[in-house]
Amino acid sequence: MSGIKRRGALVDVKRGCVELSHGSGGRAMMQLIDQVFLSAFDNELLAQKNDQACFNTEQGRMVMTTDSYVISPLFFPGGDIGCLAVHGTINDIAMSGAKPLYLSASFILEEGFSLMDLQKIVQSMAAAARDANVKIITGDTKVVERGKGDGVFITTTGIGVLAQPINISADRAKPGDKVIISGYLGDHGVAVMSKRENLSFFAPVESDTAALHELVATMIAAVPDIHCMRDPTRGGLASVLNEIAEQSQVGFMIEENTLPIREVVAGACELLGLDPLYVANEGKLVAICKSADAEILLAVMQKHPLGKHAALIGEVVADANCFVQMQTSFGGKRMVDWLAGEQLPRIC
Amino acid sequence: MKYIKAFRDANLAKMIADKIAAEVNDNQPYRLMEFCGGHTHAIHRYGIPDLLPKNIDLIHGPGCPVCVLPIARIDQAIALAELPNVILCSYGDMLRVPGTQQKSLLKAKAKGADVRMVYSINDALAIAQKNLSKEIIFFAIGFETTTPPTAVALLKAKELCLNNFSVFCNHVLTPVAMECLLQDENAEASVQLDGFIGPAHVSIIIGSDAYKKVAERYQKPVVISGFEPLDLLQSILMLVQLINEKSYGVENQYTRAVKPQGNIKSQALMAETLELRSTFEWRGLGFMPNSALQIKSAYRDFDAEYRFPLQMSQGQEHKACECGAILRGVKKPQACKLFAKACTPENPLGACMVSSEGACAAYYAYGRIK
Repeated sequence: MSGIKRRGALVDVKRGCVELSHGSGGRAMMQLIDQVFLSAFDNELLAQKNDQACFNTEQGRMVMTTDSYVISPLFFPGGDIGCLAVHGTINDIAMSGAKPLYLSASFILEEGFSLMDLQKIVQSMAAAARDANVKIITGDTKVVERGKGDGVFITTTGIGVLAQPINISADRAKPGDKVIISGYLGDHGVAVMSKRENLSFFAPVESDTAALHELVATMIAAVPDIHCMRDPTRGGLASVLNEIAEQSQVGFMIEENTLPIREVVAGACELLGLDPLYVANEGKLVAICKSADAEILLAVMQKHPLGKHAALIGEVVADANCFVQMQTSFGGKRMVDWLAGEQLPRIC
Repeated sequence: MKYIKAFRDANLAKMIADKIAAEVNDNQPYRLMEFCGGHTHAIHRYGIPDLLPKNIDLIHGPGCPVCVLPIARIDQAIALAELPNVILCSYGDMLRVPGTQQKSLLKAKAKGADVRMVYSINDALAIAQKNLSKEIIFFAIGFETTTPPTAVALLKAKELCLNNFSVFCNHVLTPVAMECLLQDENAEASVQLDGFIGPAHVSIIIGSDAYKKVAERYQKPVVISGFEPLDLLQSILMLVQLINEKSYGVENQYTRAVKPQGNIKSQALMAETLELRSTFEWRGLGFMPNSALQIKSAYRDFDAEYRFPLQMSQGQEHKACECGAILRGVKKPQACKLFAKACTPENPLGACMVSSEGACAAYYAYGRIK
């Protein structure tokens, strides 16, 4: 396993099987990726463990990423699996600072799935791609027997190009750097949860699903040397900060008071026993830059409609343990650990 | 949320913390047990120990419903889930708790058992109504807080003649467990306590009077506390004052929710459907008489223990696991050799590392920076 450091406990390949926690963005997922996938596919681009890979071609630097979408319910307040599959992959490209150009789209459809719904999803993808000025140029369709899928699964792969000297990567955070979030946390996760079959509750909040590449372009124009950028999707802000902490071998100190969270999202999380720091976003990014650049970066973000509520939430600190810590509004200090397994609702 | 923020005000916290510091006698230990795991988590999530004088020691108690369930009962639940044609419904926290040889409901689910996470026993009733050809078993666990919904579900199932629905009942009782902790206070393996931070939600159901007997018999102060950080600080202040005055008995900080008599209607529902078990095993505390509830014979049709052959399990804990001593308050999580090494939230070897109310999970998630 050249260049790949094993994190945490060994995955029990002999006796174990895939559990839901292997997909929830926490430490279990990292261990599975490190020990099963990375060790087998081992190469230096993959070993950088970014959400995309940047590579040189004769014509210039390119960026490639891929992502699968398996959300339930398929339609939720503020979006659906179709626009999510476009936005999510565009965002992974954009987090490297690249301009997204083309997408592929693969569909796994379950026998019996409504064609009306399929058309709705596809049209939503088309609209999202059009708005983002990205083309879907290749694709594939497979149908599985009833019961072997969950309506529709979509995989999109994206390609983009990178203007030369930009180098945004999760291993570049340095003590003293500032951490900026582009807006309200947890909207997507709470919007989706509010429509889950066994959990319907009324929360007037919509998913934040959006393509972030134009926001990123204005950010890079103002501050070309952004050190790290990542979209806090599954696993939320807490997971992204823990990933960057490990990859950069640093710690974080964030201020609870500065976190932008809507009252309705905070309230829903309070009720369900969830922590908004771990709830998914689909139209937000975390940017880490030199302290001297932070105010400029924050100002250009706040001028863009997708960064209107951007906030400076903390800073990178030196820490051999790579802990993410938070100064609580109550006056204490606590750890913000990796998500363990799924975020489960509490009992009483 | 405005209402909630009021209970997390940093300035007020500082004021109460200063008062506590002024009241505390420097040369005296104040060993306070927060019975509830919910309190343990609130204490660490908000960093309350940072605000207290060094001689106030907060000791976590056994009040984590997931943690006190003995491994044998978890093995039985897993066996029930693996029966053909069964859908086992459970609260989320229960799914990852390791049984014998680290088996869990989540692992059984990954291997094909139909295990469903529900937020409420009502969801299990709805699943039963939708799946009449299947047997739906609800894995009922918890202290008095989660017991009334189980009672209501039993009544409903009877009324609807929902013959494919049953409850695997594991409800346990709080005051009995408090007594058990104090019983042999002089024994080496027992915890030394000067007072209790009493449960919040449990007390809404059973009332603050329910602790009178134990408080008077063992001459300890009990202050019922809400779950918000300011509730906790105020309760600690009240306990310090009571200890200084050498007085004992029950006081209620959580007056906005807890009444002396509790929730009479809930108590009646429980009395209608459930009765005391002669004995029940608790993890860490062993078998305790009259410490748990079982389903009354009039509702036996809905009792999974009668409906299905229950596998007898010895229940093997991990050898080095200290959950038992931790649940009795005798050891802190860091004193366990497995803590944060072999036993982590991803790979829990004992129940206290799993639950959102478990002491080890709280110390792991919030406390490792100390």
